[in-house]
Amino acid sequence: MANVTLTINGKEVTVPAGTTVLDAARGAGYFIPTFCHDPDIPGYGGCRMCVVEVKGARALVASCCAEATNGMVVETESQAVNEARRTILELILANHPPDCLTCDKNGDCRLQDYAYRYDVRSSSFEGERHDYPIDDSNPYIVRDPNKCILCGRCVRTCEQVEERQVINFAYRGFNTKVAPAMDTNLAESACVSCARCVMVCPVGALTYRNLAGKARTYEIRKEPVTCTFCEAGCQFDLNYKGDKVLGVTARETGTGRPLCLKGRLGLELLYSDEPVTPMLKKDDQFVEVSWAEALGMDAVLKKLEELKK
Amino acid sequence: MTNSIGEIADADFILTAGTNTFDAHPIIGIKIKQAVAKGATLAVIDPRLTDSAKLAQYHLQLKPGTDIALFNGLANVIIEEGLYNKEFVEARTEDFDAFKQTVAKYTPDYVSEITGVPAETIREVARGYAKAKNSTILYTMGITQHICGTHNVFSTTNLSMLCGHIGKESSGVNPLRGQNNVQGACDMGALPVVFPGYQPIGVEANREKFAKAWNVESVPDKPGLTVGEMVEAAGKSIKAMYILGENPVLSDPDANQVIHELESLDFLVVQDIFLTETAQLADVVLPAASFAEKDGTFSNTERRVQKVRKAIEPIGNSKPDWEIICLISTAMGYPMSYDSPANIMNEIGKLTPAYGGITHERLDVCSLQWPCPAPDHPGTKFLHATTFSRGKGKFQPVEHIPPDELPDAEYPMVLSTGRRRYHYHTGTMTQRTGALEVFYPNEYLEINCADAEKLGVCDGDKVRVISRRGQVELAAQLSERVTPGLVFTSFQYPDVPINKVTNAARDPISKIPEYKVCAVKVEKVS
Amino acid sequence: MVANVTLTIDGNQVTVPKGTTVLEAAEQAGIFIPTFCHDPELSKPGACRICVVEIPGARNLPASCVTEATEGMVVNTASPAVIEARKTNLELLLANHPEDCLTCNKNGDCRLQDYAYYYGVKQDAFKGEKHNYPIEDDNPFIVRDMNKCILCGKCIRMCEEVQGNNVINFAFRGFNSIVTPAMGAHYADTEISNCVFCGNCVSVCPVGALSEKAMIGKGRRWEIQKVTTTCPYCGVGCQFDLNVKDGKVIGVTSTNGDVNGRALCVKGRFGYGFIHHPDRLTTPLIKKDGEFVEATWDEAISLVAKKLNAAKDTYGPDAIGILSSARVTNEENYLMNKLARAVIGTNNIDHCARL
Repeated sequence: MANVTLTINGKEVTVPAGTTVLDAARGAGYFIPTFCHDPDIPGYGGCRMCVVEVKGARALVASCCAEATNGMVVETESQAVNEARRTILELILANHPPDCLTCDKNGDCRLQDYAYRYDVRSSSFEGERHDYPIDDSNPYIVRDPNKCILCGRCVRTCEQVEERQVINFAYRGFNTKVAPAMDTNLAESACVSCARCVMVCPVGALTYRNLAGKARTYEIRKEPVTCTFCEAGCQFDLNYKGDKVLGVTARETGTGRPLCLKGRLGLELLYSDEPVTPMLKKDDQFVEVSWAEALGMDAVLKKLEELKK
Repeated sequence: MTNSIGEIADADFILTAGTNTFDAHPIIGIKIKQAVAKGATLAVIDPRLTDSAKLAQYHLQLKPGTDIALFNGLANVIIEEGLYNKEFVEARTEDFDAFKQTVAKYTPDYVSEITGVPAETIREVARGYAKAKNSTILYTMGITQHICGTHNVFSTTNLSMLCGHIGKESSGVNPLRGQNNVQGACDMGALPVVFPGYQPIGVEANREKFAKAWNVESVPDKPGLTVGEMVEAAGKSIKAMYILGENPVLSDPDANQVIHELESLDFLVVQDIFLTETAQLADVVLPAASFAEKDGTFSNTERRVQKVRKAIEPIGNSKPDWEIICLISTAMGYPMSYDSPANIMNEIGKLTPAYGGITHERLDVCSLQWPCPAPDHPGTKFLHATTFSRGKGKFQPVEHIPPDELPDAEYPMVLSTGRRRYHYHTGTMTQRTGALEVFYPNEYLEINCADAEKLGVCDGDKVRVISRRGQVELAAQLSERVTPGLVFTSFQYPDVPINKVTNAARDPISKIPEYKVCAVKVEKVS
Repeated sequence: MVANVTLTIDGNQVTVPKGTTVLEAAEQAGIFIPTFCHDPELSKPGACRICVVEIPGARNLPASCVTEATEGMVVNTASPAVIEARKTNLELLLANHPEDCLTCNKNGDCRLQDYAYYYGVKQDAFKGEKHNYPIEDDNPFIVRDMNKCILCGKCIRMCEEVQGNNVINFAFRGFNSIVTPAMGAHYADTEISNCVFCGNCVSVCPVGALSEKAMIGKGRRWEIQKVTTTCPYCGVGCQFDLNVKDGKVIGVTSTNGDVNGRALCVKGRFGYGFIHHPDRLTTPLIKKDGEFVEATWDEAISLVAKKLNAAKDTYGPDAIGILSSARVTNEENYLMNKLARAVIGTNNIDHCARL
C-alpha cells in the first residue's frame, strides 16, 4: 500500500494511505480526545471533540473522519482547536448533572477527563436540563439518560450483533435520546443484557447495577478472563477491590465476539465473591431463576439426574 | 548530633548558638517550638534578632565572633556558684582543673564587656542551663564559620560536660548539619585524613584492610588537602580536579581568587545536574541524575541512614553519579561495576563498622541510626551514654580569639552571611523551582535603620558592599534583625556573589573560612 | 501498667487499655468509623460529629473520637440512627459545598466525597445560601478555596500544634465562620499572617479547600504514583512522597517520615521544580576553543580518564584533587573515596562540609 506523509504539530509523520488523521496523530504519540469514536466501528464523526486544524481547510476538521493526505499540515492543540473543544465541553456540561460526587463512573469518565484536561470547570451556558427518570428496570444495567452525551457508541455497538439492534436515537434536537423501540424501558425491550453498551459508554449513562455504590473506579483492579462457554472466546474483566471480586464486566467486544449474559453470569458464579442474583425474562418480566436455569444447564442436569436413577 | 531530632521536643532548656533554626532547619525549629510550648526555656545566642530569638526567653545578642568568651562566662558562673555536676566531672571527664583556671577570669562583667551581653543575662542563662533536668545545645555555622570555629565547638562541649548535660536523652551537643548528606559524605570517607567510618588513614592496619578489600597494592598514607587548600593549590601542586556536585565558585570565600585558581588548572571535570558557575569553568561537564532519578541512601544530621528511591528515569542523557564514577574508574584502568547501589552498600558495610548492619533491605523496613554494627543491631539513638569515643571527656580550655578582620575606619561595618528560608546553598536548585524564587526573587542586605539613616539609604535602595577583596551590589532592607554596625545577607543568589567580599581566613584546625565576620563598608549606589 | 477495659463494638468483644477512645478501639478491631476533624497527632475537638456512634443508655449519639471506652460498654457503629445522623451531617455539609468534583484536584482523595459515596448521599437535600468567597491564589505555593472548607479545623491545629506558627484560626460565627489568618489577611501577607508556607495545613485538609498550587491540573489522584524518598535539601532528613505521573514528578506530598512525620518545610514541599527544569544538563559537554560542545558519554569519559591518568603519570597522584559532594548519596561518596584512594592513589578528597 502507498504511504502518505503529513506534518502533525511540526513533526513529519508517514502512514499508509487511507489512515485517518486521528490514527496518524495518535500513532505519533499525540493526544486527541474522542467521545463517539469507536476503533471497531470507525468513521462516525458525531461528537466533533476530535477536531484539529488543517492548514487550508474551510473549518476545523473531525480527525476521526479525515483521511491523511500527502503534505497535509495538522495542528492538534492550536488555540482554535482547544477553544472548540472547550465550547463542546461547555455545551455538554450545560445539560449534564454535576454528580461526580457519587457517580459510579467518577475516575473513569471521558467527560470528566477532558473537562479536567481543558480546565472546563462548569458551563457558561445556562439553560434547560433534562430530568428523565432513571431506567433501572433491567436487573443488570442501569440507564441514566440525564448523563448521556449522545455519542451513539451504545447504539452502534448494539447494532453490530445482527439480532440485537435494541436501541437507537429517538426524537430530535434537545429532546434527542437513546431509547429502545417505542421509547420503552430496557426491561420491556428486546435487550439481552449483554452489556456491550455499558462497555463502550464514555460517561455514567450506562452502568452495572450490581456494582453500583460498591467501589470507586480507581479502587478497582481489573484482571482479564476469557469465557469458555462457547467458541467465541469473549473477554471479560474480573473487578477486584482489595482481594475481593466485586463483579464481572465486559471487555472489548472485537469482531465475532458478541459477549452474552450467559457467559457473564457463568463467570460471576465462578469468580465473584458475592455473585449477582441470576434473573431471566419470562413473559416480559424479569424473575429470579436458579443458576442451572440461568446458565442453560437445566436440560443437561435433568438428564444426569435421570441417568443416576 | 549526639541526640536525635525528636528528643529536642522533650528538652527542658535549649541553648542555641549561631543557628537561625527556623529558617535553615525548619523541622528542627518545629521541635524547639514544641519544647517551648511544653514549658522549656529557650536561650538563643545570635547577633541577629532571628525568629527563634524572638520566641526565646533569653536572646544573648552578642557581638559577632565572641562566642568563646560567652561560653566561658556561662561556665564561670556555673563553677562560681557551685552548680556544676561534680559527679559527672569526676567520673567521666579529665583536665577539669585547667579548664576551671582558664574560665576564672571570664567573669560576667568581663564577658559582658567583650560580648555586649548584659552580665545578669549571662548569670540567669548559666543557672537555667545548669539546673534544668535536660539541657541541650544546638549550634550550626554561626559557631563553626570563624577562625576560632574549632575552639568555639570546644567551648560548647566544655559547658555540656561541666553540667553532665550529655550522653542522655534530650541532652547533649547537637550540631545541625546544613546539607542533606553532609553527614554521609563525612561517614563515607570523603575527607582527606580518614577512610569510611572515620578510620584514620595514618593507621597502617586501616590502610592494609582497605588496600586488600580494594585489591590494590597500597593506599596512600600522606594526609590529603582540604577543599580550600586544594583550590589554593590549583595550578600549583594540583594540576587536575574532579568536582562532583559542588559549587566552590559561589560557596567558597574570596570568589575572584577561586575563579582564578580553578582557571589555572590543566584539567577540570565537573559533574552536576546544572551548568553551575563552577561547571562553566570546566573542560568536561558530565550530566548527573538528580535525587529523584536514582536509588541510594542519605545520612542525616542525627546519623539516620534513609533510603533515596528512584521515582523517574534520568533526565535526557544524564546518568546517576555512581554509574559515572564507575565508568571513569573503569576507563582509568581500574574496572569498577555494581548492579545497584544496594551492592555498594554491602561493600560499605563490610569495611565500615558503624555501617556494618545497614543494608538496603533493612532500610526498606525502617531507617537506622549508626552506629549499627550488626544485622540484628537496632541502631543508636544517642551517643556517649556511658563513655566518650576517646574514653574520658577532655575539657579543652580555650581563650577568646577576636575575628581575623575587625572593623576599622575604612571598613567600619561587620558583614555576616548565612541562609534564607526560601533558598538553599548556592541556589542552584532553589532558583529553578518555579515557586521559591517566585516568592523570594531578590536578595537583600539587612541593615539597621540607624546605619541606613547615616548612609541616607531607604528600604529597597541599591547599596554597594565593599571589602578589601571585592564588592557586590544589592538592595538594602531596613531591619531590626541586625544591630547597628552589622549587615547580613545570604550566599544563595548568583546575582549577589557575596563571597567576592568575604574573608578567606580559616580556622587552622577545621579549615573553615570565617564567613560570619568580615569588615566592609556600605555605600549608596547613586 | 495500664488497666484494660473490655467493650462490645458491633457485637465484637474488644479489649483495650483504659483511656482508649471508642474510635481508637473500633479502629483496632478493624471497624470503620468516618472522621473529618479527628487526627491522631492533633488535639481532639470532637467537632464534626461524623464519627457518632450509638451507645445504649447514652443521652444522645456521642462522638466516638472523644468518648472513652469503658468496661462493659456496648457500641453500635452502624445502627440506623447512626447512619441517619451521618447522612444528615453530610447533606448539611454538601448543602454549602461547590458541585465541583468534575475538575476538583482532590477528586479521588477527598473524605467528603468518599463518605458521600459510601452513604449514598446526593448533593441537593437541603437548599440554601452558598458561600461565594474569592479563591486565594496570590502566592506560588498554596491555593485556598474556602468555599470547599468544611470547617474541620485540622489545618488550624496542625499549624498551631505541630508547626507552631499559629497562622490561622476560625473567625466570625455561624454560617459566616471561616478559617483565616488574622485580620482576614492572605497567607502571602507574611508580616501579618506569619505564614512560612510549610504547607503542613495542606497535608491534613480532608477536602479540596487547600491545594498545592503547582499540582492543580497536573493529574488526577488516581493517576499519581507515590514514591517515598528523602529530601535533598538540609541535613534533617525529612521523608516525603514524590508524586509521579507519566514519568514526571508533579508534586511532593507528606508521608509519615521517621524524623518529620508529615511535617515538611517550604523547600521540601514546594522546591522540587528543579528536577524538570529546562536548564538541566542532559548530555556530556567538552570545552573546545572556549565553547562547550555536546559529546557522547564515550568521548567524555575517555577524555576524563586520559587527562586524569596523564596528570597522575606526569606529576604524581597528589597532583589530582577530588571534591566529592554533600549532595549525593552515601554509595556515591564511598565510590569517590575509592576512586581517590585506590584508583588515583591520593588522599586529596574533601567536600563542602565546612561551608
